[in-house]
Amino acid sequence: MSQNPKISIRGLTKVFYKKQHSVMALENISLDINEGEFVCFVGPSGCGKTTLLRILAGLESQSSGGFTIKKSGQQRPSQSMVFQEKGVFPWMTVAENIAFGLNMRQLPQSYVKERTNYFLVKTGLSKFADMYPKELSGGMKQRVSIARAFANDPEILLMDEPFGALDEQNRFILQEELLSIWTETKKTILFITHSIDEALYLSDRVVLMSAQPGKIVDEVEIKLPRPRKLHDIRSHPEMTVAFLQIWRHLQGEVQNARQEDERRM
Amino acid sequence: MKKIQNPVENEKKEWQKQKKQQTRKTWLTIFSPVFLLLIWQILAQLNFIDARFFPPPTAIISTFQELLISGELVHHVSISLFRIFAGFFLGVLPGVFLGLCMGLYAPIRHFLSPIVMALMPIPTLALLPIILILFGIGEVSKIVTIAGSVFFPVVINTVAGVMSIDSTYLDVAKNYGASRKDFFFQVAFPGALPVMLEGIQMGQAIALLTIVAAEMMGARSGIGYLIWSSYSAFLLKEMFVGLILISFFGYIFSLMLKMLERKLLPWR
Ligand SMILES: Nc1ncnc2c1ncn2[C@@H]1O[C@H](COP(=O)(O)OP(=O)(O)O)[C@@H](O)[C@H]1O
Ligand SMILES: [Mg+2]
Repeated sequence: MSQNPKISIRGLTKVFYKKQHSVMALENISLDINEGEFVCFVGPSGCGKTTLLRILAGLESQSSGGFTIKKSGQQRPSQSMVFQEKGVFPWMTVAENIAFGLNMRQLPQSYVKERTNYFLVKTGLSKFADMYPKELSGGMKQRVSIARAFANDPEILLMDEPFGALDEQNRFILQEELLSIWTETKKTILFITHSIDEALYLSDRVVLMSAQPGKIVDEVEIKLPRPRKLHDIRSHPEMTVAFLQIWRHLQGEVQNARQEDERRM
Repeated sequence: MKKIQNPVENEKKEWQKQKKQQTRKTWLTIFSPVFLLLIWQILAQLNFIDARFFPPPTAIISTFQELLISGELVHHVSISLFRIFAGFFLGVLPGVFLGLCMGLYAPIRHFLSPIVMALMPIPTLALLPIILILFGIGEVSKIVTIAGSVFFPVVINTVAGVMSIDSTYLDVAKNYGASRKDFFFQVAFPGALPVMLEGIQMGQAIALLTIVAAEMMGARSGIGYLIWSSYSAFLLKEMFVGLILISFFGYIFSLMLKMLERKLLPWR
């Protein structure tokens, strides 16, 4: 691990307390992420991935432990989140949605316009700038969500299964576009996914999490050179090994969870 | 196989056909009240209904003309419209404001909800005697009566509108650092607006119901007074002029609000 990580998470724990019982959603998460790194989080459903991102996004507070996001000195927000669905305001046009973060920061209108236009072009949304989201497909809406996050120019980007609700075709296209914007902006990205293929294609490193309580149990480095082709992850022998490693982990976790449930009954 | 092979031409034909159908539907809508009046006219002339109680539309129209020329009608209508508009705004504006506050701030909501809930079932008209004592028999008492009955559906729908905003939007606003003011104007208000407008529609309907009743009970002018005084004097043609005017204004007001809604909610 590097000496000077962009994000440093130490002993992060989150307990949800409800009447009678509490749920340990995250237990003692410690992790360093480098500047410009693309990290995917994979784990069984309910293992606390969303909770982890929401804590980093300031939408939830941790029960103990902490994290720091290194500032690059400029007037930048520390993070921006891309939500899975419904993250785009239906009452704002595409352009207004993309400009949202910039407008919230009271930046000069000329700058907001310039940046918004840049990302409209970048995500192929120029033609739709003045349309409302109801006229857009699911893939288009996620493009808006991604453009809004990048336009905001944060230190890091948090993405919670942004392509989870898309069909395969659209998912491939958006993954490629995301990689292209990432290559250009060199942002640090934390990305949650259910799809092993997606994790292999996108990330520098895959973090494997265990079912409740959510812990980091393993990491897999993805050394496949960039720019990557989608079929590389099928043809490359190293990728097959990585795929199996992640797959076995997920299988194991799912089985553990099932046994745990049976024991409780 | 279609005979014409030009696909654009085909679609154009299809589009024109749909356009024609749309026009036909519009005509049906316009024709339906005319149809009702026509039936009424025929039945009255054939003496199937008693013309003393249901004077034929033509007779009502000539009475309408007489009232219009004498200036009596303009007087009643303008005073009623003034009361409706003043009362409507006096009910809607605080209703929207209080509703937003209640929706956004839980302590305010928890404190005010029981009061709103307890007061809502009381018809404002039942309070008219008290309102008359408090505000006298002048214009203010009528305006307050209307405002009181418009207020409740607006408050309740505005609160419901704020509560109906998907929590993801609140998360996005927070994540992107929206200030209190930006959150209010860019997220809470537009997000609550559709349900809020439903409440305002309801308020408009209630305002019309209330004005007629209020003018029947405690006024010397207005459409409600015209209806009531004509009825008392057995001037049924005059009474029907009043009734038809109310239905006309109700129709116009809901059309206006529908247009306003389309203007305010282009994203729907
Ligand atoms: N607001 C909340 N209140 C109570 N429990 C919660 C809340 N959010 C998440 N949890 C619980 O925490 C655990 C982790 O949830 P989550 O982070 O959504 O998992 P994932 O995103 O990996 O599927 C789950 O058991 C979930 O039920
Ligand atoms: Mg999740």
